[in-house]
Amino acid sequence: MSENALVLRNLETYYGKIHALKGVSLEVPRGKIVTLLGSNGAGKSTTLKTISGLIQASSGTIEFYGKNISREKAHNIVSMGLIHVPEGRRIFKDLTVKENLELGGFTLKDEALRRKGIEHVFEVFPRLKDRQRQSGGTLSGGEQQMLAIGRAMMTEPKLLLLDEPSMGLAPLIVQDIMRIIKQLNDEGTTILLVEQNAKIALKLADYGYVLETGELVMEGDSAKLREDERIIKAYLGE
Amino acid sequence: MTVFYIVIQQIVNGLILGSFYSLIALGYSMVYGIIKLLNFAHGDIYMVGAFVGYGALGIFGSVLGVGWLGIAVALLISMFLVGLLGMLVHRLAYQPLINKQAPRMSLLITAVGVSFTLFNGVMVLTNGEYKTFSTSLGYEGISLGLVNITYTQIIMVVATAILMLALYWFINRTMYGKAMRAIALDQDACRLMGINVTKTISLTFFVGSALAAAAGVMAGVYYGSIQFYMGFVIGLKAFTAAVIGGIGSIPGAMIGGLVLGLLETAGTQLPFIGSAWKDVFSFGILILLLVFKPTGIFGKSEIERM
Repeated sequence: MSENALVLRNLETYYGKIHALKGVSLEVPRGKIVTLLGSNGAGKSTTLKTISGLIQASSGTIEFYGKNISREKAHNIVSMGLIHVPEGRRIFKDLTVKENLELGGFTLKDEALRRKGIEHVFEVFPRLKDRQRQSGGTLSGGEQQMLAIGRAMMTEPKLLLLDEPSMGLAPLIVQDIMRIIKQLNDEGTTILLVEQNAKIALKLADYGYVLETGELVMEGDSAKLREDERIIKAYLGE
Repeated sequence: MTVFYIVIQQIVNGLILGSFYSLIALGYSMVYGIIKLLNFAHGDIYMVGAFVGYGALGIFGSVLGVGWLGIAVALLISMFLVGLLGMLVHRLAYQPLINKQAPRMSLLITAVGVSFTLFNGVMVLTNGEYKTFSTSLGYEGISLGLVNITYTQIIMVVATAILMLALYWFINRTMYGKAMRAIALDQDACRLMGINVTKTISLTFFVGSALAAAAGVMAGVYYGSIQFYMGFVIGLKAFTAAVIGGIGSIPGAMIGGLVLGLLETAGTQLPFIGSAWKDVFSFGILILLLVFKPTGIFGKSEIERM
């Protein structure tokens, strides 16, 4: 029996008057990559935002390594080791690459740990090292995604939520990013990956869930989902 | 030759006045940068700073004397206490509205309300009287030809420079300073970095209010007397300085204050324009500047509605 890093039970979330999540339950086993698929507006980003505390769930529970975090504030959840890389990267455009990374390590105890973290990120993304004094806004889309992931790596998270890391990137860069995600997972980071690009997500993930208008409609091993006719028709698009 | 000396003398005077504007403008700009609020109570925070400094000098002056040591201690006490007052105002008046995602207009009106509260509060407490800042500082200084610069003036400018350098270090070199700059850009992203946004906003109010308090104490020492309405006009001027520099920009507030101070003293010296017209002159320049560079000297163009 593998331990679960994350368990959602009957999660309900409202966006104003919109019922965005209608009882979502899912599990992310420790050490695995789980993907959450779905079309635009299905509630994928809302799910991640609810987990990381940016939005409050109206009911249901979120268990992170057995601890209910559904009432915790976002900044406290970060120090528990759950990091959310939001859709659209959201890097600090007027701050330098290095400052962005330092802020990724905001919760670290001291400067030495922060320096170590930055060195590690530079090993994984040498390109960021060359650009460390540049402001984040001058980076290309792919580099910004690297920075966003690098920022999340600063605290060596126990669980990483990635929201559409492939969005708007050239296919070659997407491959790069996916390789890094795989590498992070091999190093022991559990990952919940939200993607519109079902093809690459199912290649990477161990298990997948499909979300449609706020409800989970399908789940299974990635290998099985890749073969599933409905998935092929709706998301793999032949 | 005389004209030359007058120009130099007025530049010195302008820098002093500009220092006060800069210190107050910084608080305006920092708070605007971070929560997009024009904190109209900020001028009154400056005024309270002057009174707290006056009180502290009254208490500690008997032990430390009313020279530079006593004034420095009074300044630090005032900065600390008024910094806390700024945090209190944020927690009680602004944060509840921010939590409810109230429209910005409500925040603005609340700021006007806070301004009246502080203004009238101090008026009642002081019976609306002038208070005289009695210090033992003389008028000694250095004379270069017809230019006289008192030691008091030199120390004021130096003190302002030190405070600004300290602020610059804080904003650029410490994690909380970097967090402040990041919050001005993207609050949700900051939450995802583990930054306590409310606490950081509170800290911004502390720093901004402490700087205004420093200006208040220095103005009290420099001009010799303080009264409850001293914050009103200077608040507007500091706001103007922040806009000249580009509101939201820290270097902008520093430069904007100095520019406004210099313009204003220059305005008093122009032929046919007496000192009574100095405000017309400086606000006229402001209007011209805004016509040609609406975002101010350091401002970035972004579409804002107020």
